[in-house]
Amino acid sequence: MSTTAPATTPRPLGADTKTGPVQALLRRRGLAKLLLLAVVAAVLVPLVHAQWPSTLWPSDLTVDLSGPLGKASDWIIDNRDSHWLFLYFLGHLSNAVVISVRAVYLVLLALGWAGVVAGAALIAWRVAGVRLAALTVASFGLCGLLGMWVPTMQTLALMVVAVVAAVVLGMLMGLAAGLSDRVFRILRPVLDTMQVLPAFSYLLPVALIFGVGVPAAVFATVIYAAPPMARLTALGLRGADAGVMEAVTSLGTTARQRLFSARLPLARKELLLGLNQTIMMALSMAVIASMIGGAGLGDRVYQALGTVDVGAALAAGIPIVLLAVVLDRVTGAAGERLGANAEDTSVLRGWRGWSLAGLGTVVVALAVRFAGLLDWPASWTVDIVEPVNTAKEWMVDHLYTGVPVVGGTADWAAHFTTWVLNPVRDGLQGLPWWSVLLVVAALAWLIGTWQTALTAVLAMAGIGVLGVWDKSLDTLAQVLAAVAVTVVLGFAIGIATARSARLERLLRPVLDIFQTMPQFVYLIPVVALFGIGRAPAVAAAVVYALPAVIRITTQGLRQVDAGAMEASSSLGATSWQQLRQVQLPLARPALLLALNQAVVLVLAVVVIGALVGGGALGYDVVFGIAQGDLATGMVGGVAIVCLGLVLDRVTQPTARRESGSTKGA
Amino acid sequence: MRVSTRAVSTMTAVGALLALSGCGAADMTKQASPYANAAGAKTVTLSVQSWVGAQADVSVAEYLLKHELGYRVDRVQIDEVPAWDALSQGRVDAIMEDWGHPEQEQRYVKDKKTITAGGGVGVTGHIGWYVPTYFAKKHPDITNWKNLDKYAKQFRTAESGGQGQLMDGSPSYVTNDKALVKNLDLDYKVVFAGSEAAQITQIKQFAKAKKPFLTYWYKPQWLFDKVPMTEVKLPEYKEGCDADPKKIKCGYPHTPLQKYFNSNFAKHGGKAAAFLKNFKWSQADQNEVALDIADKKMSPEDAAKKWVEGHKSTWQAWLPK
Repeated sequence: MSTTAPATTPRPLGADTKTGPVQALLRRRGLAKLLLLAVVAAVLVPLVHAQWPSTLWPSDLTVDLSGPLGKASDWIIDNRDSHWLFLYFLGHLSNAVVISVRAVYLVLLALGWAGVVAGAALIAWRVAGVRLAALTVASFGLCGLLGMWVPTMQTLALMVVAVVAAVVLGMLMGLAAGLSDRVFRILRPVLDTMQVLPAFSYLLPVALIFGVGVPAAVFATVIYAAPPMARLTALGLRGADAGVMEAVTSLGTTARQRLFSARLPLARKELLLGLNQTIMMALSMAVIASMIGGAGLGDRVYQALGTVDVGAALAAGIPIVLLAVVLDRVTGAAGERLGANAEDTSVLRGWRGWSLAGLGTVVVALAVRFAGLLDWPASWTVDIVEPVNTAKEWMVDHLYTGVPVVGGTADWAAHFTTWVLNPVRDGLQGLPWWSVLLVVAALAWLIGTWQTALTAVLAMAGIGVLGVWDKSLDTLAQVLAAVAVTVVLGFAIGIATARSARLERLLRPVLDIFQTMPQFVYLIPVVALFGIGRAPAVAAAVVYALPAVIRITTQGLRQVDAGAMEASSSLGATSWQQLRQVQLPLARPALLLALNQAVVLVLAVVVIGALVGGGALGYDVVFGIAQGDLATGMVGGVAIVCLGLVLDRVTQPTARRESGSTKGA
Repeated sequence: MRVSTRAVSTMTAVGALLALSGCGAADMTKQASPYANAAGAKTVTLSVQSWVGAQADVSVAEYLLKHELGYRVDRVQIDEVPAWDALSQGRVDAIMEDWGHPEQEQRYVKDKKTITAGGGVGVTGHIGWYVPTYFAKKHPDITNWKNLDKYAKQFRTAESGGQGQLMDGSPSYVTNDKALVKNLDLDYKVVFAGSEAAQITQIKQFAKAKKPFLTYWYKPQWLFDKVPMTEVKLPEYKEGCDADPKKIKCGYPHTPLQKYFNSNFAKHGGKAAAFLKNFKWSQADQNEVALDIADKKMSPEDAAKKWVEGHKSTWQAWLPK
């Protein structure tokens, strides 16, 4: 268990004299933890082994929830039209959603396509400038060209309602947490955890309560998208400059005045960042929620995936990507403008610009209405389905299998399944269950505190108790394989970009786009390339997680203290030595963060991979939704949550010892 | 000030609750889709299942509703069982092809009466296990399930490991295969392709390489015209032998496929409801459209148009007088 801890201090400003002892102490502490764990194991394992000698999770220790969950589901269906809970509470919520989505949708339809394009462009112009307005026009135009105007409007209507609700909910929670320490302490771990959970696990509970349809989709989206708003609001409020607050208080202001005149304005950067994140998460969820009746663009992708119609999936996928890019850029630019605090000196500032924008929208909308061009003209569409499918057929015929020397993509997928996924899965499933718990405990404890270790072990044990041990290890095997590939590729590309400014400039727009795409979209190309099975699920996960890993690695390497670099090169280190002995060790916290992100992002996609034959836990959720067997689906969903917790805890160095942690993967 | 802030927020919350519940009971089981009937159009929402036969039904119905009766048609893809729930809630108006869900029929049609049976589609469906005919010709005894174990070795794949692979399609389809493999004690593993299209892709690839495979499949299905397959006889189906899914030991029944409507739509759906009730065609008709969609890659609308143009006498009888 020796470590290769760096001799230098990870913190650029750390005092050199303290480094040695601190590192030594940490190393010894890690050793002590392992020893203690080994002692505990030595006592417990023989006992446990004598009791339950099998390698799989003992069946005595499982709880079969399918009975009670099935009953709950039946009860809900039978009482949905009679019980007060549904009639007087949930029914109203559901109605409110339907009415608001419908209202927004009708407004969008009434504006007509030209009105919507003009309105969106004018808003983009007001908050983010002319260039982004042009981007907005181009993107919406392309959505129409692809023949996706109506689904785009349906998704947009659902998004508007979900984002407004998520922002209001998030702000309220954030205000509470920002103003009260106790609320903050309670909410923080909850919000942190919610951020690492895969979107997939939110689907079933809402579908169970509200039934399949738009209300369920909206609620899933709100629950998924509200945490970042709450977190950032709380952080923004708490981060208010103490000096400013002191000054404001000394002026004799009331608490409310302080909140509205100082705290909130000071936090507006965080608020806008929160809005941006909420919108992006809402979009990615709104698309996945098509599985529970969300309609719109996601539904088109879902339908197309069901028939492996890559062309149709792409035709619906492109508008999703465009929406994502436009929403991200416009809210991001708005945030930067505010942050820059530049005085707007043009004639059109403030209400004048806005009323001009409103007027423009109304004029355009009326013009097309009288011209009778309310719907997107059918002749203005380009059919990409057939050419894409022809191209895909060509790929299947020529790249799929039997390509000389390199083999085909389907062959790679088969080899990857046989030589990597199967051995890893069988290896994990062959481990005695208690040893898996021990490994989880050891990893989580070494990297964090005893609390994180306890959480991780309990979560892992929870999976066993739920009776899905086997499947969870299958999912885990897919996650491990995908993370390994992601980290190797991500670190390699990250190192390359950190050393070459030109490469970074080239990569940046690509990474930007990849990072804003909803998870769902990644399934389309991998099905075309790798067919069906676990390998395409892993491939989609790698592509999804890669940009974040590259970005964090690059930033981490770039931020290495210039002094240390200078010193090492003056000592005559070659650039390879510099990288290996100075940059990488110093960037360790960033690399660990990258690993943690990789794990979280990969898990989110691997479970969605069940739609393309990934099997395992995700399949239980898909099956639960497909068969209306909510018991199976819920158990699968909870197990995914547990697995997410375990994976996050064993890779997440606690902030307290972030710089000193010496164990990674 | 703290107190008054709290008082204000409490009052707001109470007010909001009152506003929410002020209008009395809200029954969410009677809620249409927010996208339905937008901008004054008469809309029919059809549930379309993922298999191509059902798509053929829906496409032709959609085409005629649009062009002969002037409706706007929304198609929603929901899996079979949730579709029943959506149908009872009125989020969907009609299911055009159902392969038999006795439990849901009891609950929604007989007990709650929120769904009305809409008559047969005119097509009889049968699920079974199939091997390619080129393989069955070489090994004629495989058509009896008792001999399946003998050939298990030849059906191995990367996904099934040491056992033979029994290929299943979408998780949403009616299937007892896992229980059957277990109860008949077969040396096989059920592998789900994830969707019917994925299953078809794999079958085509196997057929191209003339490899043996064993698959869950069903009739009527256009793929039989492309890849001839022979059924493996499972223990014969008898009424009630599938009562306990865990103990099942028999094959699948022959099911006359049914249509189902939301009760409200059936009563007040006007011409659209009458039309859909009359909708009834033959296996050959359905296969013609399905083959155009799935194999010739025509868009469902074009395929429906082609069929409608060639079979005027058939569909004229469906139009309400």
